[in-house]
Amino acid sequence: MTIVRHELRQGRTALAIWTGSIAFLLAACVFLFPGMRSQMAAVSEAFASMGGFTAAFGMDRLRVGTLTGFYAVESGSILGLGGAFFASLTGASALSKDERDRTADLLLTHPISRGRVVTEKLAAVLAQIAALDLAALGAALLSIRLIGEAVPWREILLLHSAYALLHIELACVCIGLSAFLRRGGAGIGIGLAAALYALELIANMTGRAGALRYITPFSYCEGADILAKGRLDAWPVAAGMLFAAAGAAMAYCRYCGKDIR
Amino acid sequence: MDAIKTEGLTKYYGKARGIEDVSLTVRQGDFFGFIGPNGAGKSTLIRTLLGLLRPSAGRAEIFGLDIGKDRERILARVGYLPSEAAFWPGMRVQDALRLSAGLRRRDCRRTAAQLCEQLRLDPSQKIDTLSLGGRKKTAIVCALQHEPELLILDEPTSGLDPLIQREFFTVLRERHEQGAAVFLSSHILSEIQRSCTHAAIIREGSLIAGGSVAELVHAGAKRVRVQGRVELHALDGVRDLHPSADGADFLFSGDTAALLSALAAGDVRELTVSEPDLEEVFLHYYQEGSGYDHRPA
Repeated sequence: MTIVRHELRQGRTALAIWTGSIAFLLAACVFLFPGMRSQMAAVSEAFASMGGFTAAFGMDRLRVGTLTGFYAVESGSILGLGGAFFASLTGASALSKDERDRTADLLLTHPISRGRVVTEKLAAVLAQIAALDLAALGAALLSIRLIGEAVPWREILLLHSAYALLHIELACVCIGLSAFLRRGGAGIGIGLAAALYALELIANMTGRAGALRYITPFSYCEGADILAKGRLDAWPVAAGMLFAAAGAAMAYCRYCGKDIR
Repeated sequence: MDAIKTEGLTKYYGKARGIEDVSLTVRQGDFFGFIGPNGAGKSTLIRTLLGLLRPSAGRAEIFGLDIGKDRERILARVGYLPSEAAFWPGMRVQDALRLSAGLRRRDCRRTAAQLCEQLRLDPSQKIDTLSLGGRKKTAIVCALQHEPELLILDEPTSGLDPLIQREFFTVLRERHEQGAAVFLSSHILSEIQRSCTHAAIIREGSLIAGGSVAELVHAGAKRVRVQGRVELHALDGVRDLHPSADGADFLFSGDTAALLSALAAGDVRELTVSEPDLEEVFLHYYQEGSGYDHRPA
């Protein structure tokens, strides 16, 4: 657990900033809802006339005048995408930052296996994601209570579970990529998250999701689908977890035999 | 049992040469100097021994344990000082020492405190604010605090001021007297000659000489200074010749009888024959090259 503690200590500032920002924005959106509820019918009509743009964000299938519909749209952008950036950044730099900063020499000349280094770094990344997601959930629940609404537990928990799975998948894939990098991976992490989000938008706009549903993890975080079905789509989630497992396996395979120059 | 033993150890970075066919033995209790200029392959050998690099060919053992299969068992008994001391941002010295001890699952507080005092290192200081020498001192304490049986030190004195260098070598000699083997790479020959019992010279990835420091110095060329006239062109074994108006200065590694005959045939007013220092031996090997017949040093 020494490396887990060390990684958490090293990442605490970034975690605090990302968590604070996401929790604040989520709560702020919830606080805006009572004032906007009366205008939401007009907003829905306006969105309905925007064709592909409306479809891209799933707003053609959501009733944004309801708390759950409104929350699904807002949390998808703030927690879904924001958390995805954090997870990708943290994962992509987990292994490569030590080579970039030349601290790998110090770390890897201690009597610990490379496998244990990967395990503890992965555990640290997942712990940070759990902290961010739990804080975001707490902020959402508290703010819903504070505006006097009943908490739609099932919908909120389904949405937040989907985001947590999205973050886990991206972090695992990025830690796999991180094992191949020597110069940090912030750009690659952010780029991957943005590209996968763009794929989801394209799939929604064209109406031809097909295989894209199984490639981009944002597909199983689609608020409109989750609220309509009252569950997560099992197959895209399973595909996502397979990608996550493949990413973690790639990290072990590559890092355990890698030359640290 | 040998502290370090390599046989035909080779490392290529793609097509680029790192080290080639390095066979070397460091006995337990040796104070071993590994000499070579920058880029000769010193760090590559060290990083391969420590498992940071995978060898392209050959094998190596530390305390009889294979560097590939028994990496963790080896590292538990080794202290390593990298040439560039890098730490994580925001850490204090004591955090780095605690992390290193934690990774070894050892309580090293007493030894760490002693070393910090000897090297005049404040454990409460932030590493980011330390000079290069301060960071190096932190890395030295990390390498020594668990009292390893083998110390592998890559360019250990770079960045240290002369007073701390002296204190550092005092600590190393103490550890050596307590039974630890020391393997020290450097291109500063005076520090090897002053401290090491054995040494090896590496050039372009290959070992070109090795043995006890005394042997290396004595078995190599003699420094000959002649005042007067002497004919050296026909004499084999003359190197590093510096003719002057009233004589010549050269390294001689040929037949002593032939040298005496040449001197007798000339008009020599004054003659000095001395042992060269390690720097001259090093330059001799680097200028002329040499095959290295591997024998335990």
